[in-house]
Amino acid sequence: MPHDTLLLVALLLPFLGSLAAGFLPTHARNAAAVLAGSVAVAGMGITIWLYAMVAEGTPVQFWLSWLPMLGLDFTLRLDGLAWLFAMMIFGIGALVVLYARYYMSREDPVPRFFSFLLAFMGSMIGIVLSGNLIQMVFFWELTSLFSFLLIGYWHHSASARDGARMALTVTGTGGLCLLVGVLLVGRIVGSYDIDQVLESRDLIVQSDLYVPALVLILLGAFTKSAQFPFHFWLPHAMAAPTPVSAYLHSATMVKAGIFLLMRLWPVMSGTDAWFYMVVPAGLVTLLLGAFIAIFQQDLKGLLAYSTISHLGLITLLLGLGSPLAAVAAIFHTLNHAIFKASLFMAAGIIDHETGTRDLRKLSGLYRYMPFTATLAMVAAAAMAGVPLLNGFISKEMFFAEAVADHTGSLLDDSLPYWATLAGVFSVTYSLRFILGVFFGPPPIDLPHRPHEPAHWMRFPIELLVLICLLIGIVPGLTVGPVLATAVKGLLDATPPYYSLALWHGFNLPLMMSLIAMAGGVVLYLGLRRYLESGIEGPPILRDFKGQRIFEKVLATLSWQWARAGENALGTRRLQPQMRIVISLAVVAALAPFLANGAVGTGNMPGTPLPPAFALLWLIGGACALGAAYQAKYHRFAALVLVGGAGLVTCITFVWLSAPDLAVTQLLVEIVTTVLLLLGLRWLPKRIEEVYPTRPPLKVLLRRYVDITIACALGGVMAFLAYCLMTRPLTESVSRFFVERAYSEGGGTNIINVILVDFRGFDTMGEIVVLCLAALTVFALLRRFRPAPESIRTPEQQRIQNAYDEASPDRSPGDTVADYMLIPRLIMHWLFPVIAVMAVYLFMRGHDLPGGGFAAGITLSIAFVVQYMASGARWVEDHLRVLPLRWMGLGLLTSCATGVGSWWFGYPFLTSHFQYVELPLIGKMPAASALLFDLGVFALVVGATVLILIALAHQSLRSSRAAQVNEGGD
Amino acid sequence: MEIVLAIGIGLFTASGVWLLLRPRTYQVIIGLALLSYAVNLFIFAMAGGGLRVDSPPILAPGGVGDPTAIADPIPQALVLTAIVIGFAMTALFLVVLLAARGRTGTDHVDGREPDR
Repeated sequence: MPHDTLLLVALLLPFLGSLAAGFLPTHARNAAAVLAGSVAVAGMGITIWLYAMVAEGTPVQFWLSWLPMLGLDFTLRLDGLAWLFAMMIFGIGALVVLYARYYMSREDPVPRFFSFLLAFMGSMIGIVLSGNLIQMVFFWELTSLFSFLLIGYWHHSASARDGARMALTVTGTGGLCLLVGVLLVGRIVGSYDIDQVLESRDLIVQSDLYVPALVLILLGAFTKSAQFPFHFWLPHAMAAPTPVSAYLHSATMVKAGIFLLMRLWPVMSGTDAWFYMVVPAGLVTLLLGAFIAIFQQDLKGLLAYSTISHLGLITLLLGLGSPLAAVAAIFHTLNHAIFKASLFMAAGIIDHETGTRDLRKLSGLYRYMPFTATLAMVAAAAMAGVPLLNGFISKEMFFAEAVADHTGSLLDDSLPYWATLAGVFSVTYSLRFILGVFFGPPPIDLPHRPHEPAHWMRFPIELLVLICLLIGIVPGLTVGPVLATAVKGLLDATPPYYSLALWHGFNLPLMMSLIAMAGGVVLYLGLRRYLESGIEGPPILRDFKGQRIFEKVLATLSWQWARAGENALGTRRLQPQMRIVISLAVVAALAPFLANGAVGTGNMPGTPLPPAFALLWLIGGACALGAAYQAKYHRFAALVLVGGAGLVTCITFVWLSAPDLAVTQLLVEIVTTVLLLLGLRWLPKRIEEVYPTRPPLKVLLRRYVDITIACALGGVMAFLAYCLMTRPLTESVSRFFVERAYSEGGGTNIINVILVDFRGFDTMGEIVVLCLAALTVFALLRRFRPAPESIRTPEQQRIQNAYDEASPDRSPGDTVADYMLIPRLIMHWLFPVIAVMAVYLFMRGHDLPGGGFAAGITLSIAFVVQYMASGARWVEDHLRVLPLRWMGLGLLTSCATGVGSWWFGYPFLTSHFQYVELPLIGKMPAASALLFDLGVFALVVGATVLILIALAHQSLRSSRAAQVNEGGD
Repeated sequence: MEIVLAIGIGLFTASGVWLLLRPRTYQVIIGLALLSYAVNLFIFAMAGGGLRVDSPPILAPGGVGDPTAIADPIPQALVLTAIVIGFAMTALFLVVLLAARGRTGTDHVDGREPDR
C-alpha cells in the first residue's frame, strides 16, 4: 500500500473501530478490548512503518480534492512533530486499552466505553495529521465532543455529568474562538494549507489581523490545555473513569492545545505579543497548578493540578520563542505524557484495590502492594525531576532556558526564580503522593483490603516506567533520533544545537535542581502538619473557585438573561409574532427603494384596459374583501368568496396568455374547495359575538393596528407590482428556454418543457414535497380525535333517519340512499369522461396546455366526484382506490426516468426525445420527459386522492363512534 | 391594465394579511389562500416584456421561438409549481388545524382561548 494511503488508514481505523465497537453486545468486555487494542496497535504499526520516510525530513502527505473552488482540500500530513504525537496517541492509547480492560467493571457497558475511546483517538489523530487548518479545527471540535462523552461515561453520577458539561463548554467555546482565529489566518495567508501557512511568517506577523488572530488561537489552545484562567475544567474532568484521565490528561486532549501552539510556533511566535500573552499564562499556570496540587486530598486531584502545572511549563517554554526552548517543550511533552499516564494508572489501581482515592484515608500501602508502590515511586520521581529519570533532563533544559536571556524584560529576568519555585512545589507534591500513600502507619477503615492488581493491569505502568528509566539514563540512544525528527518537523530552520547528555558539568541549572529538591523536602516537612489536618485545598486560594465563577456566568447567561430576554421579547402567542414578521417584511421590501431613491414607476407603454377586465377585478376585489370580512362568522360564505377570488385569478391567467396556469389554477381551485368543505364539518360552532355591545378599546386598537399593517403590505405589493410591470426587465434566462424548447426539449409548450425537462430536478423536488405533505396529512388523520361536539351525525342526516324510522315501509338509510339519485347517476357516468379528459390533458401536455400536474388533478377529481355522489362505502365497494400505490409508483417512475439517463452516460434526468408514428393517432412525440411526466401524473393523483379520502373517511369513523355513544346511552 | 392588476394584487394581499393576523384558524387558512393568489399573480406579473394578451408561450411546431413575441415562460413555470405546492400547504394546514381543534377543543391559533 502506498504511504499516503496508509495515512488515511491510520486516520480511519479508529473511527471504523469505534463504529464496530458500538455494535458489540453490551457486556462484550473482552471483544471490545481486543478490537480497541488491535486498532491502537495497528495504528502504531503504521506510524512506526512511516518513520523512515518522516526521518528523511519530507512529510508524508495524502491529498484529496474536496472543495477546490474554496481552496479547501482534504489533506493529511505526517511530519516529525505529528509523528511524535501520533506515536503518543496510539502507543499510550494501546496501553490505556489494556489497562481499561482490567479497570472497567463487568457491569459497565464496556463496548460503549471503547467505542468512545476509539472515536476520541481518531479525532486526536485527525488533529495531528491534518494538513489543513479548517480540517484541524473540525477534528479539534470532535475531540471536545468525544471527551464530553468519555468524561460523562458514568452518566448516572452527577459529578461526571457536570464535569463533562463543563469540559465541553470551556473547550467547545475555545474551539469556536480557534475557528475564527484560523479563518483570520486563512484570510491573511490566502490559504488554509499548513505548508503554505508555515511559509508565510512575514505575511502573518506583519498583518493588522495578527493580534486578533493570535488572541483567538491562543484562546483555543489555552482552553484545551487548561491554562490559567481556564484551568478549572480539568480537575472536574477527574470524575471520568481513570483510564480516560490517564489518556486525556497525559498524552491527548490537553496536549492538543500544546500541539496547536507548536504547529503554529514557527509562524506566530517570537513577537512581543506572543511573549507577553503566552509566557505569563504559562508561568501563572505552572506556579498555581503546582501550588494547588500540594494541597489536594484527592489522589487524582493532585495529579490533575500537577498536569495543569506541567502544561503551564510547556506553554511557558513555547512562549519564550527561542528554538532551544521549543526543543525543551517537545521533550517535556513526551516525558510528561509517559510519567503522567503511569501515575494516573497507578492512582487508578490504588482506587480500584482500596476503594478510595482520599489521601486522608490512604497510608502505608507499600506493605500490601510493593510492586505497584515501587513503580509509582519511580514515576513520581520522574515527575519531580530526580536525576536518572526522563523528567530530570527536560527539567534541566527548562531551567537552562529560564536562565537564558530572551527579551531582557523584568519578566524574563525573574524567570529563574519562578522556575526554581515551581521545581520546589513539584518536589513537594510528588513527595506527598509517595509518602502519603505508600508509607506511614497501616491504613484503617478502607472499603477493600488492598492487594496487588492483576498482572496485566500493572503491565502498562511497568512498560512506561521502563521507558522513563531508559530515557533518563541513555537519552541519546533512546529518544535522541525521535526528538531530532520532531524538532525538524517543528522548526523550519536547522535545529539548534542541544545535548541530551545526563551530565553537563556543575552549572546553574543543576544548582537550581538541587535547590528545588532540597526546598521541596523542607517545604513538605513544613506543611506536614497543615496537610494532615485534612483541609481540602490550599490556604486563601481555596476560596477562589473557578468552578463557582463558571457556574455563575452560565446561570446568568443561560438562565437569568435568557429568561429576561424571553420575558421582554418573546411571546407564546402567534398573533404578535405574525405582526412582527409581516411588519418586518414591509420594512424590508420598502427599505432598498427608499435608500436608493429608485422610487417611481417605469415608462413602458401600458396595455390598454378592456372594461371587462376592470369589471372582473371589481368582482375579484369585492370577493377578497368579502372573504376577509366573512371568514369569522360565515365560513361557508367566505369559502365561496375565496373561490370567487380564485376564479378571477384564473381568468386573469387566461387573459394574460398563461393557459397552463389557468388550467392548473382551476383544477386546484376545485380540489381545494372540496377539501375545505370537508374540513368545515369539524370546526366548532361559530361563537356568537364575544363583545355584545362594543369591543373594549384594547381590542379595537389591535384591530386598527392589524388593518394598518394589512393595508401597508397591500399598498407596498400593489406599488411594487405596478413599478415592475411598467419597467422593462433585463434579459433573463427566458431567451434560452424559448429558443431551445423545441430544438432540445422536443415540445412546443415551453412551460411544460421547462417543468419536465430543463428544470426537471425542481419538479422532482416539488412532487416529493407534495408526496410528503400527503403522507403527513394521512398520518395526522390516522390519530385524529374530533372534538366531542362534532361527533354527532349532521342535522340533516338525523332528520332523514328519523323520517325513515317513523315510516313503517322504510328502513333507516333509505332516504340517504335515494338522495339526489339522478345527479348521482350522472356523476357515475362522468367518471370515464373525466378520466379520458385527464388522459387527453396528459398526452397533449408537451405541446399544448396540460401536462402531468393538470392531468393528475383531473383524474383525482374523477375519483372525488364518485365519493361525493355515493359516499366512501359505496365507492370502496365498487372501486379499488390505492392512493399510496399511485404515489409510490409515480415517485419510482420519475426517479427511474432520471436514473435511466445514467445508463446512457448522461447526467441525472437528461431527457431524450423523438417522434414516433403510431397507427391511427399519427405522429406522436415520445420524449423520455413524457415518462417523467407520467410519474408526476401518478403521484399527483395519488397524493390528492389520499388527502381527500383521508379527510372524507373521518365522517365514517366518527359516525361509528357516535353510534357506539348513542348505543351506550 | 397594469394599474388594475396592481390594485387587485394589493387588495388580495391586504385581505390575506388581515386574515392572517386574526385569531381563528379558519380565518388564517382563508387568509393564506388569498395571500397565495396575490403572490402568484405578483410573480406572474414579473414577466419580462410586461403583460401580454393573446401570446401564450406555445411555439409553432418545428420553429425556434422568438422571445420578444410571446409571454415570458419563466414566471409562469414558477407559478405553476407554486399553485401545486400551495394546494399541498393548504391541505396540510387544514389537517393540522383540525387536529389542533380536536386536541385542544378550540379553534384559536394559540390552542387556547385568550383570557378575557
